[in-house]
Amino acid sequence: MEGESICEVDSGDGLGADIISTVEFNHTGELLATGDKGGRVVIFQREPESKNEPYNQGEYNVYSTFQSHEPEFDYLKSLEIEEKINKIKWLPQQNAAHSLLSTNDKTIKLWKITERDKRPEGYNLKDEEGKLKDLSTVTSLQVPVLKPMDLMVEVTPRRIFANGHTYHVNSISVNSDCETYMSADDLRINLWHLAITDRSFNIVDIKPANMEDLTEVITASEFHPHHCNLFVYSSSKGSLRLCDMRASALCDKHSKLYEEPEDPSNRSFFSEIISSVSDVKFSHSGRYMLTRDYLTVKVWDLNMETKPVETYQVHDYLRSKLCSLYENDCIFDKFECAWNGSDSVIMTGAYNNFFRMFDRNTKRDVTLEASRESSKPRAILKPRRVCVGGKRRKDDISVDSLDFTKKILHTAWHPTENIIAIAATNNLYIFQDKVNSEMH
Amino acid sequence: MHSFMRDLTFLSKLKVCTSVGDTTDLYCTDMSRKVELSLLLYGLLLSSMGEEEGLHQTQFLDTMFVRGLKRKCFDGEEDIEGTLAGIKAIPSYNLQRQSLLDMSLVKLQLCHMLVEPNLCRSVLIANTVRQIQEEMTQDGTWQMINTQSTGQASLDRLVSTDILCRSSRDQAEGKHVPAYGTFNKDFESDQAQDSSETMSTASSVQAPRNLQSNVWEMENPQENKGNFQKSLDQIFETLENKSPNSVEDLFSEVDNSYYDLDTMLTGMMSNTKMGHCDNLETFSTPTNTASNSNCKSDLNDLDHIVEILVES
Repeated sequence: MEGESICEVDSGDGLGADIISTVEFNHTGELLATGDKGGRVVIFQREPESKNEPYNQGEYNVYSTFQSHEPEFDYLKSLEIEEKINKIKWLPQQNAAHSLLSTNDKTIKLWKITERDKRPEGYNLKDEEGKLKDLSTVTSLQVPVLKPMDLMVEVTPRRIFANGHTYHVNSISVNSDCETYMSADDLRINLWHLAITDRSFNIVDIKPANMEDLTEVITASEFHPHHCNLFVYSSSKGSLRLCDMRASALCDKHSKLYEEPEDPSNRSFFSEIISSVSDVKFSHSGRYMLTRDYLTVKVWDLNMETKPVETYQVHDYLRSKLCSLYENDCIFDKFECAWNGSDSVIMTGAYNNFFRMFDRNTKRDVTLEASRESSKPRAILKPRRVCVGGKRRKDDISVDSLDFTKKILHTAWHPTENIIAIAATNNLYIFQDKVNSEMH
Repeated sequence: MHSFMRDLTFLSKLKVCTSVGDTTDLYCTDMSRKVELSLLLYGLLLSSMGEEEGLHQTQFLDTMFVRGLKRKCFDGEEDIEGTLAGIKAIPSYNLQRQSLLDMSLVKLQLCHMLVEPNLCRSVLIANTVRQIQEEMTQDGTWQMINTQSTGQASLDRLVSTDILCRSSRDQAEGKHVPAYGTFNKDFESDQAQDSSETMSTASSVQAPRNLQSNVWEMENPQENKGNFQKSLDQIFETLENKSPNSVEDLFSEVDNSYYDLDTMLTGMMSNTKMGHCDNLETFSTPTNTASNSNCKSDLNDLDHIVEILVES
């Protein structure tokens, strides 16, 4: 797939607070939300295509910016609570307003985003600036009329879901019933009602009675896109558990356990660490699940628990570098993964600002780079290649010269079109496939 | 490698004693101590390892851990001299495993001070440590390490402080502390059927438990256990092999000493407290006179306490 850069948004000063920590399209793809390490949310809106300015079609521009979370201090434990936004999830739009959930390590907030593009003018008792008129000057009555004004986007916090989690929240997922959502931390998953903030139900609890026996944590979770009773959660040991909320109130017993047996020939001290699942996503169809572990992405069929139906190598050349990556902590990086709208292509990030796309039908894959140099507006992305030794072509990058500080952890795919959003540290890149902009 | 282990052990004892309080949660409550301790740890680590050595180690480890693949150690070096030097320098698998173990333990200790540590990362590192330790126990290498650490009087005293700290904490939790005695004895007499069974269960239960409880409390159990075992032996010999019950009784009198120790160590830490950079710079120089002299004076105090215990 060839890409064309249509928008690069640089949040500027390169301080740590600008590092993008999550990216999410809304259900129509019109809005794109990003959260950063400083607790801010920036929402981009796609410009409607117009005949007057054909070159501006499909560009995303800043729609709204607001401070979602502030740093907090837990006095009981003498520890800071980071304001970094871990996840943003959009609610399906039910009226003119948009709503999204944003979460940091401890607190989830529901934000309502409304537009105001008209204002009433011609009040009888107030003048234009809002000051009360001297009644003696009022000689006739007028009916106030709505006049257009510059678009104003207002964001208000509607709900704050606090004190639900002892451990760090790693994922949130809105249920298909549009009334409930779940939040997962390292050891527990809670079910909330969107309208109720003082109560939540604990539906999964893997905390052992004795913390000394702890060997496995929850790493990600998601509701099934169509069945409101099903959800999946992944663990640090590389297993997935599909749970049915109809079975019991506490879903500690999974309905299905998806686990691939370890390959004995590849076994090392790092086997468990690299098998830890960093992200799990249901396909749009609801038939498959996509998981990302350190070196691979895997497609699982919900009906088959024994092994994934497809496995794609993201950067297998790192397999011989695991010890160095362990030493510099890169082995613990949590990469996300994404489906395209038709579930035919999957995408995930890697190091050196590379990201990879795998076509499930043709079995072809491509490595692309999100960088300033290769992404002038309207530029076509050039496929990149990492050479492992042996023959080296021009423009190939050798494994040893990969920049491990430039990692693409967060990516998102437009729900229907071939538009992708890539977060590279503090820059957001949006690429569009102009040739095949409609899904086949 | 031995000096490195010794330093790590020394530091780990300090760490053990100053992490007070809640055990079910993994969060350290005393922030300032942790900051100073971690700097102390890191600085001493750097000074004993030498930064260059550390980098080469991981390169070696990478080459070793890839199965069946032998490569030049120094990437990019073309000359024969370099190759020969590289080949000579490839350490054995055991050494590599030990390096990985040490690295993992350092990672567990150097946690973020102000923000809660990442639980997933901690669990994965702890599992790796346990995996290595299990393999080493099967190999029999674990016992070898115990016998290697000899004649370190200062460590004994620190180990005994470890006993003080651990047991008092265990008392606070209401946990039973008999396992130390039985574990030690089983470890010594590993040939007998009963004791080997007990050992396997005790070691599998005790070791991971030690590991986990220590990990979640930011401690270093492995080094503890190695020298701990050895020093426990020495202490028990001094006590003329009393029965486990009396050992328990001995430990139960520890509570007051713990707090004295705590204040002493706090005193030591605050004496060495400087700016962050100053700390590291001091420790990266070969002569760590300031911290050593403080350590020695406090070691004398610890010595005193142990003598009191022994006499009782």
